[in-house]
Amino acid sequence: MLRLNNLTASVADKTILKKISFNFEKGKIYAVMGPNGSGKSTLASVIAGHPAYAIRHGTIYFNKENITDLEPEKRVQKGIFMTFQSPPSLSGVTIYQLMRYSMQGKKDPVVIRSEVKKYAEKLKVPEILLNRSLNEGFSGGERKKMEVLQAVILDPTLIIFDEIDTGVDIDALKTIAKFIKLMHNKNKTFILITHYNRLLKYLRPDVVLILRNGTIEKTGNMTLANHIEKHGYGS
Amino acid sequence: MKQTQQSPLNFDYKYGFSMPDTSIFRTQKGLSSNVVREISHIKKEPKWMLEFRLKSLNIFYQKKMPSWGADLSKINFDAITYYARPTDKQGTSWEDLPKEIRQTYDKIGVPEAEKKFLSGVSAQYDSEVVYESVQKELSKQGVLFCDMDSGLRLHPKIVKEYFGKLIPPHDNKFAALNSAVWSGGSFVYVPSGVEVKLPLQAYFRINSANFGQFERTLIIAEEGASVTYVEGCTAPIYTTDSLHSAVVEIYVHKNARVRYTTVQNWSNNVYNLVTKRARADEKAIMEWIDCNIGSKVTMKYPSVYLMGEGARGEVLSIAYASRMQHQDAGAKMLHLAPNTSSRIVSKSISNNGGRTSYRGLIMVHPSASNSKVFVSCDALLMDEKSRSDTYPTMKVKNQETEVQHEATVEKLGEEKLFYLSSRGISKGEGEGMLVNGFIEPVTREIPLEYSIELNRLMQLEMSGSVG
Repeated sequence: MLRLNNLTASVADKTILKKISFNFEKGKIYAVMGPNGSGKSTLASVIAGHPAYAIRHGTIYFNKENITDLEPEKRVQKGIFMTFQSPPSLSGVTIYQLMRYSMQGKKDPVVIRSEVKKYAEKLKVPEILLNRSLNEGFSGGERKKMEVLQAVILDPTLIIFDEIDTGVDIDALKTIAKFIKLMHNKNKTFILITHYNRLLKYLRPDVVLILRNGTIEKTGNMTLANHIEKHGYGS
Repeated sequence: MKQTQQSPLNFDYKYGFSMPDTSIFRTQKGLSSNVVREISHIKKEPKWMLEFRLKSLNIFYQKKMPSWGADLSKINFDAITYYARPTDKQGTSWEDLPKEIRQTYDKIGVPEAEKKFLSGVSAQYDSEVVYESVQKELSKQGVLFCDMDSGLRLHPKIVKEYFGKLIPPHDNKFAALNSAVWSGGSFVYVPSGVEVKLPLQAYFRINSANFGQFERTLIIAEEGASVTYVEGCTAPIYTTDSLHSAVVEIYVHKNARVRYTTVQNWSNNVYNLVTKRARADEKAIMEWIDCNIGSKVTMKYPSVYLMGEGARGEVLSIAYASRMQHQDAGAKMLHLAPNTSSRIVSKSISNNGGRTSYRGLIMVHPSASNSKVFVSCDALLMDEKSRSDTYPTMKVKNQETEVQHEATVEKLGEEKLFYLSSRGISKGEGEGMLVNGFIEPVTREIPLEYSIELNRLMQLEMSGSVG
């Protein structure tokens, strides 16, 4: 469903991703691991369409459509969603307002409201936070939960979870992981970008990719993730 | 600047004050004692007002232009018409209006009749029915609410007692100018213990008398009274005259409460130089809510003199400056009694090369023990070309004062915009959302119809579709 073809991308004239080709299939869960600076987050940003990253070569296909030059807001409409590693705080904007704008009138605000409430409860987000400026004064775990919450409301077919497990305590991680597991079905593709395999233990990815120096070094399954957990990426 | 009273008005008996001709509604351009006499005469004012005006004119001539703040050197006092009856303002046709203004009216959804009034095409706005029913309700409570000219005519005793006492003509050059040539504005008197539930003017915000260039407003809330007053509107107000200089005086007596809300959107050729001051007695509460979106240059610093023990003052303000605009706005709080408290929240947005300045004064007198001061100034810069400055002055002469001061400058980050776009929200929409979110602590305090329009206007400004 998502195909990267010979993708080379740079930020501020520094090449980060080098000739990456990979095909992400529908309904599968992928884990992308790798040492710091290997290009994991760049990969996520490029798929989501971050304007700071320039695609030098190659193409991104989503459901066979070339989306390489598509604006980020249009990618969302096509079903691509990324949760942020460090979601910014939005003064004066509540999660309700944000979702109402995101849905662009495709869903009744009353329905959006009740859905937000329902999922927030499942994610153990205190209801009082829903009426506050999004992420303002929120803990790491609360911020990440709000990301997952948006993902479920917008109901995309491809979700990239960019380090959803960092800055999150063990209880919050459990809640988030269980929630993500419930979100998954045969029509949805998940890409988990992570440093640790504690998230992977809950979510059991079908494929594990190791990124290094902007290229895919290895692919494997949970055994590969477990090996890295024990022995590191090596040198 | 002219220092003498040389008259640019060709003093012809036919047009002079001593022989009124009802068909003459407009003074000639420029300022002179004859112009001032003529204004006073047309209005059939008492002698003391004429003397007040003439004295003020002299003060205006003597006062220097402010040497600080925004650049005012381009004001040409000789090119301004100092008095025109509302009916005389007709004559512009809809087609003569700048295209951008017409488009903005359409985009924020201003009703047809309102558009015509705001643009100066029509001097009348048909709100008589609502107006009368509100007036009836108010007079039952003993509340006086009319334009300032009528106030002087109908309630001369009250006006004489308060007029020009809080902001005397020698306060500053533009207060002197206003005092000399004032016309229109509102007069509000709320008797002891009366609570006015409707925001005054919100229900008939289109009122010709309130849109004068040199309007003069006087509000008196007697002991325990309470009233909310709203002026201005969100839609841009088009005027060919380039100077708006108002004076607003507010007396908040013991235990009374006054809230004064302004939404200013003058067209971008206007110098908007306004003096606003309130006096708060024992346990009184005065709140200024001040939104400045339009004009070429605005200089405005609403102030509260906290005169009585336990008095409280607030200024919540929004300043938006785009290309070629300078909003020099702020607040002044003078703590002159014990246990007084003040709160200033200022939000400024500079876009497309615009400039905003926050200028504030906090003064705590040695006698004002246990006073509390809170100041928060947040500036939002939309791009590299825009500018924002803060000029806070604090003179705290009492040791037992609790002072809190916060100031932030934020650049509208690419990261936040990308975040919003990754949620399906376009750049223009996203900017509008962030700006509206930024000013939300102030907009939530203004009447709903205004805040909705204001949000829509900001959204339009950000998407670049307003001229």
